Amino acid sequence: MTKFTKDHEYITADGTVGITPYAQEQLGDIVYVELPKVGQKLKAGDEAAVVESVKAASEIYSPVSGTVTAVNEALSGEPGLINSSPEADGWIFKLQLDDAGELDGLMDAAAYAELTK
Amino acid sequence: MADEPADDLKTVVLNDKHIALGGRMVPFSGYSLPVQYSAGIIAEHKWTREHAGLFDVSHMGPSFLVLDDKSGDGEAEHAAVAEVVEPLICGDIRGLKPGQIRYTLLLNDQGGTYDDLMIARPAAEGWGGALYIVVNAGTKEADFQRIATAALGRATLNRSDHCALLALQGPEAAAVIDAIVPAAAELGFMHYGSFDWRNTKLVISRSGYTGEDGFEILVDPEHAAAFWDTLLADARVKPIGLGARDSLRLEAGLPLYGHDLDETISPVEAGLNFAISRRRREAADFPGAQRILAELGGVLERVRVGLTVEGAPAREGAAILDQYGAEIGVVTSGGFAPTLSRAIAIGFVPPDHAAPGTRLQVLVRGKAQPAEAVATPFVPHRYVRKASK
Repeated sequence: MTKFTKDHEYITADGTVGITPYAQEQLGDIVYVELPKVGQKLKAGDEAAVVESVKAASEIYSPVSGTVTAVNEALSGEPGLINSSPEADGWIFKLQLDDAGELDGLMDAAAYAELTK
Repeated sequence: MADEPADDLKTVVLNDKHIALGGRMVPFSGYSLPVQYSAGIIAEHKWTREHAGLFDVSHMGPSFLVLDDKSGDGEAEHAAVAEVVEPLICGDIRGLKPGQIRYTLLLNDQGGTYDDLMIARPAAEGWGGALYIVVNAGTKEADFQRIATAALGRATLNRSDHCALLALQGPEAAAVIDAIVPAAAELGFMHYGSFDWRNTKLVISRSGYTGEDGFEILVDPEHAAAFWDTLLADARVKPIGLGARDSLRLEAGLPLYGHDLDETISPVEAGLNFAISRRRREAADFPGAQRILAELGGVLERVRVGLTVEGAPAREGAAILDQYGAEIGVVTSGGFAPTLSRAIAIGFVPPDHAAPGTRLQVLVRGKAQPAEAVATPFVPHRYVRKASK
């Protein structure tokens, strides 16, 4: 089950992290993505990536603690994938979770929908 | 991604039009204005470079400076009104021909820049002794006060910033205008006139700030919506937000006041030597002349430079380093250039680091990225010097 942060990141059951459709819509055209490194250890709330739109840079925080197991290299050549497909082709990185229990502290889809209403 | 407060913002005449078109309204120089519409900044930017983009720039400061006492002699009246503003600026206004526009700078006594602005001489008979002056939004209250104070007892500054000021920019702009106000399509670059349209007068300049051919049109509040709709009824025209206006002017290498120009930066440092008119140089009769003439003679600590940037966009405030890592300057505007699909920036560095081809670096989030000094504009200007018909 996909979970959400108040900063508009999502994390799926397999640890895939990206930004929500709402977030990409707010940011506008994404022109550059700075990815984390595979093997990098992150604590919940650590800055993991940077997504730059035409107008501004936005930090992407790790929703939970874990180790980066993969990054979406396709974003280097085509950062607009985050706009066109935020929840599939536009994923940003994958995490191996330290403690799956941390997911309980995040919002479910209904709570997130309420936040962005 | 925090929402910015919307309190105390002024609205433009066409506010409802922008909202109806899906414009994303943001605070901009004290006004609520569309940063983009639903197509997004990159699509809007590209549309303007290929077709015709319609911008609402009503937050800016159009005005007319008019002599209090008319003599009836047009040339003498022009000389008299030029004499009112010339002590504030470095441009030759007296030398303007009827209908001609000049880009100039309002300077402080230290040769720093209070604002950059357009000053135009009317072409129409009976309009001697008047100037059309358009200043920037962020500085307009102070600018208007300076000009009005200088004019006291001789001329009166009439503000027109309650009107709509629209910019139609792009390679198809002239054909669009030709279908609506045919006489205006015959203007040459940096010329303007007053034109009849549906029982009102439009003040139309062949000018703009995107690097493209285009027009800026002042229309009274009562006719603004109808004129906006008339332009948008042409399939070649789409509404474009201020986000794309900024990326277009950055690609065109044009300085933005408050970023690439401020009260410490002189026109020579900013690379605007063309705006310091020859007659004024010879007379040395403009504010800050001592510094500016010395700078023209080669005494310069910093100059404006264009940069191509590898990797993430370097934005305003990013440090510029030499190739060995020493900090030598700062980025004053920077971002992503949709036409070039890469990051570009404008900044200030010592003159010996400004030659095109000089290898530099920019510091983005603590990381040095390669950059190179390049000639501007980044994207060639496509102004139309003479009317085609």
